[in-house]
Amino acid sequence: MQRELLKFALFAAVVLVVAPLYFQGGYILNVLVFVGINTMLAIGLNLLLGFAGQISLGQAAFYGLGAYVSAILTTTHGFNPWLSMIFAALAIGALAFVIGFPILKLKGHYLAMATLGFGIIVYIVINEYVDLTGGPSGFPGIPNLSIGSFSFDSDMKNYYLIWGATLGVMLLAINLARSRIGRALRAIHDSEVAAQVLGINARLLKVQIFACSAMISSLAGSLYAHYITFVSPSTFGFGFSVELLTMVVIGGLGSIYGSFLGATLITLLPEILRTFHDYDIVFYGALLMIMTIFLPGGLIQGGTLAWNYLRKSWSGKGGADA
Amino acid sequence: MLEVKEITCVFGGLIALDQVSFAIRQGEITGVIGPNGAGKTTLFNIVSGIYSRTAGQILFNGRDISGLPPDQLARLGLVRTFQNIELFGQMTVLENVMVGLHTKSRCGILACALKLPWHLAEERRIRSRALELLDYVGIADLAEQSAASLPFGKGRLLEIARALALEPQIMLMDEPAAGLNSRETWELGDLIRKIRSSGVTVVLVEHDMELVMDVCDAIVVLNLGQKLAEGTPRQIQDNSAVIAAYLGEG
Repeated sequence: MQRELLKFALFAAVVLVVAPLYFQGGYILNVLVFVGINTMLAIGLNLLLGFAGQISLGQAAFYGLGAYVSAILTTTHGFNPWLSMIFAALAIGALAFVIGFPILKLKGHYLAMATLGFGIIVYIVINEYVDLTGGPSGFPGIPNLSIGSFSFDSDMKNYYLIWGATLGVMLLAINLARSRIGRALRAIHDSEVAAQVLGINARLLKVQIFACSAMISSLAGSLYAHYITFVSPSTFGFGFSVELLTMVVIGGLGSIYGSFLGATLITLLPEILRTFHDYDIVFYGALLMIMTIFLPGGLIQGGTLAWNYLRKSWSGKGGADA
Repeated sequence: MLEVKEITCVFGGLIALDQVSFAIRQGEITGVIGPNGAGKTTLFNIVSGIYSRTAGQILFNGRDISGLPPDQLARLGLVRTFQNIELFGQMTVLENVMVGLHTKSRCGILACALKLPWHLAEERRIRSRALELLDYVGIADLAEQSAASLPFGKGRLLEIARALALEPQIMLMDEPAAGLNSRETWELGDLIRKIRSSGVTVVLVEHDMELVMDVCDAIVVLNLGQKLAEGTPRQIQDNSAVIAAYLGEG
């Protein structure tokens, strides 16, 4: 328990203190803000996929809904951004709760199809409801978040804001994973019948965690909208849902730090591969393939293996010296 | 305590159970036996809410429970184990039992995520209770091992400890001796008696006749989906219809 907390504190310190000191520049910092947003989204999906074992290909829709609800409430109607953000998360959580009951009855491929369908519906609505959303040309002029006269108007300020929120979500997810709820979710993942026979209301719990995951996505969407100050439908398409799925799987199913690693890799990869110009997609695909073959447990598994190897060779040397 | 009334179950054109009725008395160990395909496991699956019946009624303490989902039955005090032990292989032995204590704890998603003080107290209580239960079945020394690594016999004990965590009134055990060697079976008999004397009514589906005749107070015999006989072990052993069903008619 204490070690878990120490690990988290160390991680938070690196993220909040070391990284921004090292990367003063605008462009890299901007990418790192996106790593934060994607980490939050990946953790949201991981709760559902890695713990409860339920797939969702509609995460981008919840992300988009959060962004648009915040955008419309603050820009069109002039509501307080913080209250709008909370309202968006609650409303989208409630929406997920309602649609979760029929959708999460489905399993495997059918669940994937149903959530995919939901994602596409939301995308079309955002795209076509031009009066409300601005349609394909996007929604400009969203205000930055502010506290009194202090406005989160730079990359650096948003870095702290968004990473602060991401670290908060991360800590909550770590706590949840190590609680009775986390155990019940893993039980459902392993054998739904066995979990039910032990008195776990699997159906309700799956819907609840689906709603939590939607709320986290919505929060990420609101933060994104206020950071970029412009949203357009293409950000929230099916492709992004798949990208999130890739982050969670590549990072390591059921590992919160794994979601961070996966989000980091998938966010940075296109930037790194930019030197290959048109061939970047080939390297991208090859890298993902190699990783799923050799590290089925994800990056977190690779990290653990490397750490254990280092520790062993270190203690081996110590023994030789003595 | 548990009354099965004219339960019928039809799969497509196959009649798996045909108007089976019997009653289980509180505090007894009842065995359900019969040749392969008699409908024993189907009966268990219906009583525990996993399959739905075609017709008939199940009463638990006088209340009609037919058609209730398994999780609700478990919360009412009706718990079962499986023939092919259904352990949560990704978890440790201790965590498996802690899952069994799910209904004995309250904290919701928010309390768990925020790690509120009463959540920590509850978590400590669950952990120590789970250790007690492992001790009860005699595998406390394996608490931190992965459940997937357990030998079959120990896995069976773990499944029983996990089911006992719910403090059931009645426990249905589906072939608990399957896959056990004779020494483990003998120890299992002692454990079943110990569970009964702690106030839990036990029903077992079992093929091991030695175990059944040794521990059961009452026996129900099924054959081809119908109830063939019902009585004490001695009565069953002397029943000519039962002997014919097992050995084939001359």
